[in-house]
Amino acid sequence: MKYVLLFTGTKEGERAWETMPEAQRNGAMAQVDNWFQKHASKVRGGFQLQPERTATTVRFNNGKPVVTDGPFIEGKESIGGYAEVDVADLDEAIAMAKEWPTLGPVEVRPVVDRGEAQR
Amino acid sequence: MTAALVRTLGDFDLAEELVQESLLEALEHWPKDGIPQRPGAWLLITARRKGLDRLRREARYREKLALLEGDLMSDDTAEGDDRLRLIFTCCHPALPRDAQVALTLRAVAGLTTTEIARAFITNEATIAQRIVRAKRKIVEANIPYRVPNESEMADRVGEVLSVLYLMFNEGYLATTGARASRRDLAEDAAWLAGLMVRLMPKEAEAIGLLALMRLHLARSDARFDAAGNLVLLQEQDRRRWDQERISSALALLRRAGELRQPGPYQLQAAIAACHAESPSWEGTDWQQIVALYDALVDLTPSPVIRLNRAIARRYLNGPAIALEEVNDLEWALDNYYLFHATRAELLRDLGRTAEADLAVRRALRLTTNPAEQALLRKRLS
Repeated sequence: MKYVLLFTGTKEGERAWETMPEAQRNGAMAQVDNWFQKHASKVRGGFQLQPERTATTVRFNNGKPVVTDGPFIEGKESIGGYAEVDVADLDEAIAMAKEWPTLGPVEVRPVVDRGEAQR
Repeated sequence: MTAALVRTLGDFDLAEELVQESLLEALEHWPKDGIPQRPGAWLLITARRKGLDRLRREARYREKLALLEGDLMSDDTAEGDDRLRLIFTCCHPALPRDAQVALTLRAVAGLTTTEIARAFITNEATIAQRIVRAKRKIVEANIPYRVPNESEMADRVGEVLSVLYLMFNEGYLATTGARASRRDLAEDAAWLAGLMVRLMPKEAEAIGLLALMRLHLARSDARFDAAGNLVLLQEQDRRRWDQERISSALALLRRAGELRQPGPYQLQAAIAACHAESPSWEGTDWQQIVALYDALVDLTPSPVIRLNRAIARRYLNGPAIALEEVNDLEWALDNYYLFHATRAELLRDLGRTAEADLAVRRALRLTTNPAEQALLRKRLS
């Protein structure tokens, strides 16, 4: 069963990430890499995203697309990356999320299964 | 059907349990083998067979059972495993708390949606919807039907116990004058805790929670006067406490202690046991109670527990010290009626009547429970 783990972070976290000394940032990156390596057999894909300030949102006003700067929803937390994982069940996905090395919450969402043929 | 079995077995709890087990078995077999021609008779025969098996199995242990009230008989049968899976699935942390409670009552304790709705004074549609949503999430998110593995076990047992404790408090604390019309959720929760203990006899905190529930239930008759008013612990007629339940709880607590895994439920049960064992309010061992609260605050530093410790301090160290500790909690408990009710008591002890009245009024505005309101009103000067 496939799930997407949405990794989130706070604005403060994002700022701290950018202003952090390089050695520290590398250390944090190494932890994230370790996570991906440890779970390599279950991870099907995923990316770290550029910070929220790079986001652009396309909205539909009465069906007419309107382009605006910023994320689709302003909140304390924003999505910093995601991983697509293939595991047996929710417990396994949760166990992976629990080991995620940063402090931001991780949202676990099952994907809609339309069968492999359509992919 | 339960009634028919009670007649055969002469034991209501056992009969109820056997009916539950037979239903579980039916859930397992009927989808595979088809519904039998006479489902009622099938269930009754299955339950009777289980009853006889049980009696045979237990005959040898009867003496031990009498000592332990059956609590510590481990249930490592196939049905036991199945029930455990069911409990852990119903109390999965990915489900919202109110759904965990409703689902556990429905699927494990076998209450009907109507009964659950009545217990929570809400309508059936709300409960039915909670259950439907929870079941949908179980399917769509693929919440597994299994007993958690060792690395998750501690967390998951904690989750189950929280669900049962919440259920118990809902039944025990939501005490209106019209109690008879409400199903006794506290008894249901205690039954479920007993089941947990049978299924996981090495979980000290499960045993502690069961002991805690029994100690509270032992006092439940004395908590109300004839008119249905709440009677405080210090004014309760201790002769009305259920000594049998108290001694079974004390035995449980000792058993839990031997497992050497201390925890908040065991500590709370130990505090309740101090009260249960004391012949009178005056004879209460406050030193011991405050020491137990200190340990509890170390484990779970919640403001409510600190408030309770302050109440115990009042009797050990006097109202001035207790008030200081209570005042420290204002940041967290300003919207909690017991915070203001406690302050009122302490202020009155110290002769600060006007402030005490203000605090009582504040408490009155914060509770909707009529029994508690009546009690507070009596304290206004």
